[in-house]
Amino acid sequence: MINIPSTIKISLRALRVNKMRSALTMLGIIIGVSAVIAMLAVGTGASRQIEEQMSSMGSNLLIVVPGATTSGGVRMGAGTQSTLTLADAEAIKRECPAVEEVGPNLTGVAQVVYSHQNWSTGVVGTTPGMLIVRDWTLSSGKPFTEQDVKSATKVCLLGQVVVDNLFGDTDPVGKIIRIKNVPFTVFGVLGKKGQSATGQDQDDTIYIPVTTAQKKVFGTAFPGMIRSMMVKAKGAEYLAPAEKQINELLRQRHRIGPKQESDFTVRNLTQMMQAREESTKVMTLLLGAIASVSLLVGGIGIMNIMLVSVTERTREIGIRMAIGAKTWDIRLQFIIEALTLSLIGGLAGIIIGVTGSEILSMLAGWPTIVSPLSILMSFSFSGLVGIFFGFYPAYKASLLNPIDALRYE
Amino acid sequence: MSLIEVNGISKVYRLGDIDLKALCTVSTKIESGEFVAIMGPSGSGKSTFMNILGCLDKPTTGQYMLEGIDIGKLDRDELAGIRNKKIGFVFQGFNLLSRTSALENVELPMLYDGIPAKERSEKAAGALKNVGLEGRGGHHPNQLSGGQQQRVAIARALVNNAPIILADEPTGNLDTKTSAEIMELFVKLNTEANITIILVTHEHDIAAYSKRIIRFLDGCITSDEMGKNV
Repeated sequence: MINIPSTIKISLRALRVNKMRSALTMLGIIIGVSAVIAMLAVGTGASRQIEEQMSSMGSNLLIVVPGATTSGGVRMGAGTQSTLTLADAEAIKRECPAVEEVGPNLTGVAQVVYSHQNWSTGVVGTTPGMLIVRDWTLSSGKPFTEQDVKSATKVCLLGQVVVDNLFGDTDPVGKIIRIKNVPFTVFGVLGKKGQSATGQDQDDTIYIPVTTAQKKVFGTAFPGMIRSMMVKAKGAEYLAPAEKQINELLRQRHRIGPKQESDFTVRNLTQMMQAREESTKVMTLLLGAIASVSLLVGGIGIMNIMLVSVTERTREIGIRMAIGAKTWDIRLQFIIEALTLSLIGGLAGIIIGVTGSEILSMLAGWPTIVSPLSILMSFSFSGLVGIFFGFYPAYKASLLNPIDALRYE
Repeated sequence: MSLIEVNGISKVYRLGDIDLKALCTVSTKIESGEFVAIMGPSGSGKSTFMNILGCLDKPTTGQYMLEGIDIGKLDRDELAGIRNKKIGFVFQGFNLLSRTSALENVELPMLYDGIPAKERSEKAAGALKNVGLEGRGGHHPNQLSGGQQQRVAIARALVNNAPIILADEPTGNLDTKTSAEIMELFVKLNTEANITIILVTHEHDIAAYSKRIIRFLDGCITSDEMGKNV
């Protein structure tokens, strides 16, 4: 008959007797557990941030940018050429079956003025399709329509940051603002999206009809020119077909021969983000694995101290055996001792790990997320460590010969 | 059936290439209620004999029957069970757990017998009262005198109602007056509770409390006589 509550009591007393030693032994586990929790929190925070950016960017996205210009043998960067037109965008939507929606882009920076406030922001000339492409909803007002695009009306949708800077608490819908001195009617306010993958504030923007941007705000090198376009495929599995169809259609439309290089590039934004997410996950695993090593080292510390403790208490073990302690009575006593060390260490580690992640995210500005799973995992892992590394010393103690143990000085 | 019956037990220790014969074919019987003193110089085999009687060690050859149970056939845990229920140990150095109160020291054998906590502390308090330490249960061994510590050890030996007490030089660390008190206690337990007492001692005046004296020399019994108390 093994008496668990009494065995726990005996173990706790033994740990209390050597407070300093117990604390130092726990330190190994504390560091291990808190490191695992903090590292996983950093990793999870990073992947969550990417996930958020992905969903704020919109899903199943391709981006089409113009190719590089070559001037006097010097090749300029991608997008320096202006080869894309609004007609291209319309053609893609019309003719590529894998494409759900297209959002053209003609952007520029402009000073916007309302009343006595003014603000410099990115102005995006686009179509209502862009809102669908980017999965963007309005927080108030209504979007402009295809009709507005056709007739190049002077209407706009404001990002939240622009609203905050120009209007404060006033409702902007229906008000008139000036973009590069051209008056625009505010139709609606775009819902909050936060930071983009590249760290830009996506809410610091104004959407206007692309034709208005072309004709009344930025002007174009040739009629219908746009800077780039975003394309939403019909689903994740349509991304590759859509890329192929866009390539074929635009090469045809731009009259590019079979041997010639394209004057545009189609990039798979979603794939890029997924790759980033993958690498972040690998990073998280790696951080966790490294932190687990310290947990393992902590476990070895426990084993070390338990071995010392068994030797020190040889006589006690002898007395217990003479009085009738059986093999498992002795084993459990030491295993529970090791388990207590590792579990108390684990608890302290969780507290330190969670506060540590908080501090880390405050000081370094990293987003950290402590998942309940990581707490559960590292706590049960520390328990396993205790049992695993406690077993050998306990086993050794239980094999002592009672006569020798009683004589031990 | 005798309480203890040993038939031709011997014990041989192997030290490297040399066989050390600690005990050579010893046979004897001890009946329930006896008070036996075992005497002999160091190295005479009396400690080996006591270890075998106490089920701490097994004989190399021969048979040891305790209450009709063949001890040689038991495994480690079964031996622990026998020690727990049948034998109470009293050592020269007391062998109490330090940093553990007297009461908890006395409770220890019951802990390994699976007796519930409440019953444990009641019985332990009763055993302490029996040895004249009523109200000292909360004291730790280092707060008690040698004689009191030995009384705690005796209470521990008594608490599981073991029929046998094995005492290995129980007065070796005590002064004459305390020794006499402890021996009186043994005599009382022997006569009043009919507990069989087997004690190892060097001293003749301690052995004189017993009813029977077995002498060892070089691993053999040299004499086995009834003492003056008979």
